[in-house]
Amino acid sequence: MMISCEKAANICDKVQYEEASAWEKIKLKFHLLMCKTCAKHSVKNKKLTSLCNQARLAVLSEEDKKKMKDTCSKVK
Amino acid sequence: METHQLHPDTWVDLYADYLFNYAVTRVSDSEIAKDLVQDTFIAGLKSAKNFKGEATERTWLIAILKRKVIDHYRKTNSKKGKAEVRMSYSSQTDSGGDWLEERIADPNSNFENDAIENEELGLAIQNCISKLPKKQAQVFKMKTIEGMETEDICNALGINASNLWVMIHRARTGLMDCLNQNWF
Repeated sequence: MMISCEKAANICDKVQYEEASAWEKIKLKFHLLMCKTCAKHSVKNKKLTSLCNQARLAVLSEEDKKKMKDTCSKVK
Repeated sequence: METHQLHPDTWVDLYADYLFNYAVTRVSDSEIAKDLVQDTFIAGLKSAKNFKGEATERTWLIAILKRKVIDHYRKTNSKKGKAEVRMSYSSQTDSGGDWLEERIADPNSNFENDAIENEELGLAIQNCISKLPKKQAQVFKMKTIEGMETEDICNALGINASNLWVMIHRARTGLMDCLNQNWF
């Protein structure tokens, strides 16, 4: 039942991507009750997830970037 | 004052995503946005000698992209003729909602402000991502933005799951610090 802060941080990250198991979540909850530092970190981590969702981020694929680099190098 | 210099070789890696986000929020079509970013880089290369070093590279590129977005709207607008504003009053009914006064934007609505804020937020996040070490940024983008499965990322990059989670953790902590002042 007792887990280290590192383990707690790891589970907390997994939770952000919905990849933590039920048992892991219970262990995390228990840890957060006792560890203020991790509890604070957990709140911020969640906030980061919601900010990322809210921003509807977009990225170019590596392939697109490679094409861009090729096109740019032809211009020079 | 510090003068800035251009390093065109690093443009795509450093600014492509940032510019792409900027463009995509304006033209709402990722293919067109991609072309605009490409055009921006080309225009930047061609006019690099006019760069005075007063602004940062990124600000300068954004300024070019802004022009490109405007040009894009001009072009699409001339294709289908001038922009038209049509107003029709419903003659059959005198129910509310058809009067112009009732159709103006709700002054109490926060919707527009949210849209502006979200765009700034997107650029702020992209900016912070570009400050992360390259590998961390890559893993974070694949996982968070492209929503790839852990296993697929591991296979693509030749790393194991615990490597991946370490990088995700560092990236997320880095982003929290970077976004801290303005967004937390």
